Amino acid sequence: MTTPLLSVRNLTKHFARTRGLFGGGGDTVRAVDGVSFDVYPGETLALVGESGCGKTTTGRAILRLVEPDSGEVMFDGHNVLALTAEPLRQLRRKMQIVFQDPYSSLNPRMTIGAIVREGLIIHRIAEGAEADKRVRQLLEEVGLRGEYVDKYPHEFSGGQRQRVGIARALSVEPKFIVCDEPVSALDVSVQAQVLNLLQDLQRDRGLAYLFIAHDLSVVEHIADRVAVMYLGQIVESADGDTLYREPLMPYTQALLSAAPVPEPGARRERIVLRGDAPSNTMPPTGCVFHTRCAHPRRDAACAAIVPPLEDKAPTHLVACIKQPPTSIGWEQQQASGGTLSPEKYVPRAAVTATGTP
Amino acid sequence: MTNPLLSIENLRTYFYTDAGVARAVDGVSLHVNEGETVGLVGESGCGKTVTALSILRLIASPGRIEPDSRIVFEGKDLLQLRPEEIRRVRGNRIAMIFQEPMTALNPVFTVGDQVAEVARVHDGATRREAWKRAVEMLDLVGIPAADERARDYPHQMSGGMRQRVMIAMALMMRPALVIADEPTTALDVTIQAQILELLRDLQRKFGMSLLLITHDMGVVAETASRVVVMYGGEVVEQAPVERIFASPHHPYTEGLLAAMPRLGAARDRLVTIPGTVPPPTEWPSGCRFRDRCSYAWERATEHPALSEVAPGHVSRCHLAQEPQRRLQPHEPLAAGKSAS
Repeated sequence: MTTPLLSVRNLTKHFARTRGLFGGGGDTVRAVDGVSFDVYPGETLALVGESGCGKTTTGRAILRLVEPDSGEVMFDGHNVLALTAEPLRQLRRKMQIVFQDPYSSLNPRMTIGAIVREGLIIHRIAEGAEADKRVRQLLEEVGLRGEYVDKYPHEFSGGQRQRVGIARALSVEPKFIVCDEPVSALDVSVQAQVLNLLQDLQRDRGLAYLFIAHDLSVVEHIADRVAVMYLGQIVESADGDTLYREPLMPYTQALLSAAPVPEPGARRERIVLRGDAPSNTMPPTGCVFHTRCAHPRRDAACAAIVPPLEDKAPTHLVACIKQPPTSIGWEQQQASGGTLSPEKYVPRAAVTATGTP
Repeated sequence: MTNPLLSIENLRTYFYTDAGVARAVDGVSLHVNEGETVGLVGESGCGKTVTALSILRLIASPGRIEPDSRIVFEGKDLLQLRPEEIRRVRGNRIAMIFQEPMTALNPVFTVGDQVAEVARVHDGATRREAWKRAVEMLDLVGIPAADERARDYPHQMSGGMRQRVMIAMALMMRPALVIADEPTTALDVTIQAQILELLRDLQRKFGMSLLLITHDMGVVAETASRVVVMYGGEVVEQAPVERIFASPHHPYTEGLLAAMPRLGAARDRLVTIPGTVPPPTEWPSGCRFRDRCSYAWERATEHPALSEVAPGHVSRCHLAQEPQRRLQPHEPLAAGKSAS
């Protein structure tokens, strides 16, 4: 078994909301609430969830673009959260990020050559004519023409800018890139170009990705393993094939069944979730999803017991006390008001992997 | 054959910019029948939103709807109406739902006031009566405790709830046609499922027609009965929804469908359409898709007309006349240049 490149344990980030203009507020947003996962060299782990689930904050906290409150982040043998400024700067050579919005993430006053060159200079990788050459190589590697170096970001389309963002990340030769919704602002034909590029670069350079996304079909396409987040917590994780073939967390099931299917007439049954996600200033007690859950065995125990993220099958972790096997015994559930014993539930509407292309 | 509810003929909407004339919509013809849902699809910059705004005559300078364009709705050419006449159509007979419910709602009025305003403007309803109807409408679109939530301001609601408010506003006057411009694009997938369900429900209930503008082929497949595909300011293909997905004819439609990652599909490399949509000031002459097309041949310099390829299925492609060319795909021109 190889050792993980990145190992995250109990990562937590709460934002204090200051008192509002009209004297309200003063509460805490539990953006990331005890998240743990590993990323192995050369693999893609996808972090999936809807707006506000904490996936972006998780990605940024790993790089310390926001300072986490607690937890542990080990990267390539370094304790990232304990590093002082200078060693952190050096470590960032190995861990990079590609942002969602290709419009706001590039400085409009810099040429794309200067944008890509910056990392080379800061990390003293190359300078002068050597740096110029590297910049052109990088642009060509991401499918842009070398002579574009003197152009400004506004002269490019969204897909081309995203390629510039990728070239910038690659310039310092990282081992790991956080891709924060890198294709969600792009049209579908351009999205496919960028996804293929990311896969090619991973193959050629042995990169590991933490791929943050909300689109389950994109994730299925690119990820080796998938972790699903809801209200700041990971509620299910598994390798891609397993997750799409047999999703066990009722939230994952709802997410999968909600995705529109591009086949007319094949309208599947849908698990329509009740209402909106609760606010993460006051997450529900017990299982964070119990207020919207469609598991037929849901009962009072779900509101009382915090479900551990535990193995339901080898490497398939699920936080649900109603999906057997569970370490929360039936007696313990009954003691917390449980009336319905655990029973495996996988609705047909949630199964999307058909095995045939 | 009954007359369609809406019939657009040769619509051209141009923008006269410093960079040249942007022919955003360039000769679009399409129709919507009563009670029908038509999906208008295409990527950014293809002209689908400008088409929708032209129907309601919401085009501001430097944009202009060119002479000889016709938009016939309920027997009247909307482009010939006087300003006060078109105002009576907007929000009354034709309503629009926008993509971003946060910016489309006024932040300083309660949502109840904004929904009620529709009835006051179009029906001359009294304040009290309009409020009552607004609450009923908010209830109908699935806002829980509608009489209380009506007093909320937009920022107090989630994105999904705000979109329900937009729908309530649009449906207040029981319009014959609703134009929904990317109504679920800003929403999470579970909320999108709720909103699409609601739109289908209300359409059945009120028998209205829906022109659904989207870039998402999945949304189209589940909602529309007929699909109009736009590229480069033109309609490039039009067919019943089953045919668009089962046997797309235009190479652009084919590419769009192939480029989409699908749940449950094998993890192969995605098919891409090389290059990007050219800016509307610089549509290529002849076939506008030619540089990105894997079948293009000499004839691409000739502008293709819409040809019928099956009953109810038209395509703007020379392959309609020379189908054997489909057997000889090659690298598109745009792939030879650097990507995108």
